[in-house]
Amino acid sequence: MSTLAPVMQPAPKHAQARVPTDWTTASMQGRIRRRYRAERNFRMLGAGAVLLSTAFLVFLLVSMLSQGLRGFTQTELKLPMDFPAARLGIDPVALRGPDARAILAAADLENATAQAANRAYGPAGYKLLSDGAWLSIRSAIQEDPTILTRRADIWVPTSTAIDLAAKTDGDADAEAGFRMLDARQAVRTGFSMAFLTGADSTDPTIVGIWGALKGSLLTMFVTLILAFPVGVLSALYLEEYAPRNRWTDLIEVSINNLAAVPSIIFGLLGLAVFLNFLDFPRSAPIVGGLTLALMTMPVIVIAGRNAIKSVPPSIRDAALGIGASKVQVVFHHVLPLALPGILTGTIIGMARALGETAPLLMIGMRAFIASPPGGLADPATVLPVQIFLWSDEVSRGYVEKTSAAIIVLLVFLLAMNGIAIYLRNRFERRW
Amino acid sequence: MTTTSLNDRATRQQADHGTTLKMTARGVDVFYGEKQAIKNVSIDVTQENVTAFIGPSGCGKSTFLRTLNRMNDTVAAARVTGDITLDGKDIYAPDMDVVQLRARVGMVFQKPNPFPKSIYENVAYGPRIHGLASAKADMDGIVEKSLRRAGLWDEVKDRLTDSGTALSGGQQQRLCIARAIAVDPEVILMDEPCSALDPIATAKIEELIHELRGRYAIVIVTHNMQQAARVSQKTAFFHLGTLVEYGDTSDIFTNPRQTRTKDYITGRYG
Repeated sequence: MSTLAPVMQPAPKHAQARVPTDWTTASMQGRIRRRYRAERNFRMLGAGAVLLSTAFLVFLLVSMLSQGLRGFTQTELKLPMDFPAARLGIDPVALRGPDARAILAAADLENATAQAANRAYGPAGYKLLSDGAWLSIRSAIQEDPTILTRRADIWVPTSTAIDLAAKTDGDADAEAGFRMLDARQAVRTGFSMAFLTGADSTDPTIVGIWGALKGSLLTMFVTLILAFPVGVLSALYLEEYAPRNRWTDLIEVSINNLAAVPSIIFGLLGLAVFLNFLDFPRSAPIVGGLTLALMTMPVIVIAGRNAIKSVPPSIRDAALGIGASKVQVVFHHVLPLALPGILTGTIIGMARALGETAPLLMIGMRAFIASPPGGLADPATVLPVQIFLWSDEVSRGYVEKTSAAIIVLLVFLLAMNGIAIYLRNRFERRW
Repeated sequence: MTTTSLNDRATRQQADHGTTLKMTARGVDVFYGEKQAIKNVSIDVTQENVTAFIGPSGCGKSTFLRTLNRMNDTVAAARVTGDITLDGKDIYAPDMDVVQLRARVGMVFQKPNPFPKSIYENVAYGPRIHGLASAKADMDGIVEKSLRRAGLWDEVKDRLTDSGTALSGGQQQRLCIARAIAVDPEVILMDEPCSALDPIATAKIEELIHELRGRYAIVIVTHNMQQAARVSQKTAFFHLGTLVEYGDTSDIFTNPRQTRTKDYITGRYG
């Protein structure tokens, strides 16, 4: 124990000979000032960068919301329908039967609607209506066939011009028409379920986002069930099983390169392989999903490998040390611990795929699809492509619908990123 | 103090007669790629004694320890030659099942590494994967018995569902020992089990080693020579990949035959 006691020795000679540094000279003071200035400048540059990006974000959100929120609303006018006088020749009892669709199709509802508008709002009354106004009449009849025996006021969508006049400013005719309707309390603007439940149309007053949204969901579904298992298994194999040699190095480099390939190239690949070679249906979510899966897979593999790599080796040792087999180590310990990281990477990859347009244009998903897809092989379009198509339209009514579609897309993207952040914070472990 | 150490020595001498060989190593070489980490090491591990491996950092004592339950298999570049047997059977033979070997030769690591699961699950994991308990009650019994043997039961019995990582460092290490003995091994390898612990936790682990002695053959790697002297009956001194001296702990520490051993024990290097 005595050897551990501190030994008192005199300090070496040269310590006393040392001249202390003079911190008060002009050059020393200047250096200190310059150091503080550099610090201040750097901090201001950083704050400026944050401010600039925040300003961009605010500008984007404000302009999108101010334009887009109007896209969720629709102006409607009250159309007094005198069904007995219209002589539609529809038997209300027959509408209960199986031929209802055919009977309704045979009746000239379009004409009857226009006539009713003319009767109510003057000779040019039909111009106040949307081209699809008769569809509202049809649904009213389908809902309650007894309506055919009486007069009824039905709310139908107005034309784009009246819609614009009601919301912002339209041309002179439309403004006059709107004032006339407003004076008769026959016009209202409200939240439109039709936008959330409908599909694409040539008439901006009756377009809906559901067709594109459903197309996106089906496409994402295909992408997820393909890219996730294949990506995770690849990551597990490469990290836990594959030997380190020239071949695995080559594979690693290839995967990293694949993640950086421009997305349109994947579109061309999808076109060549899935459409031309395998003869899959054009414009279908299954092809879109396959193509996007090719694009998302490398992202999942890279995120998965990083997550697996961050599981400490001591956990593997612990499990191996009590006789767990390699598969048990991987599935009981490594994978559960790496899963939050893998899921975060997957969601971010999926969000990227959800916002992808270019590869889908190549496989024909830019077609005009007027009804929501019924299945994976039905023609469909997706949200970003729908936005692209609507932004290309001439009619002014599409402007706010485009913004509204962008809001829907952003809501989905932000929700996915939010889930990713939640998972990361909730399950992140510190070692 | 003197009397107990004298008693210890007496029991030690008794233990030396009629010991049973548990593991033997003959002419073992370990290579990492081109580099030879262990050169021609021969050693015996007996059932009754605690065997300590001492030596300066990088001398290969941990490497050699890890060859005894083939943990070196996980290092792709590692290659082991020579004979290592468990109960007379070559553990590197092609028909030896590594998974079973590691259940029979358990290991406790330098840094406490409990699974990020509950205390109960930490202990129950081994018996579960080896199918040692069929009913929940059996498993409860194994968990309690293991935690009792590891001297941890009284501290954790009311919070078995808490995470194992929430325990203190010393408790975590005893949990790791409980986890190792839950699969009822024959040999326990301990790789510097106290190097990350404070003196009080270290004392508890050493006490535990005393209690486990005899039931399990124990091999312990340690940097701390006092610890080797306190817990072991046999000591092996490694230097630069070779086994310099192996013998009774009392002889190694009081009367080393080799100059290198003497220099290391007296603190001349290391």
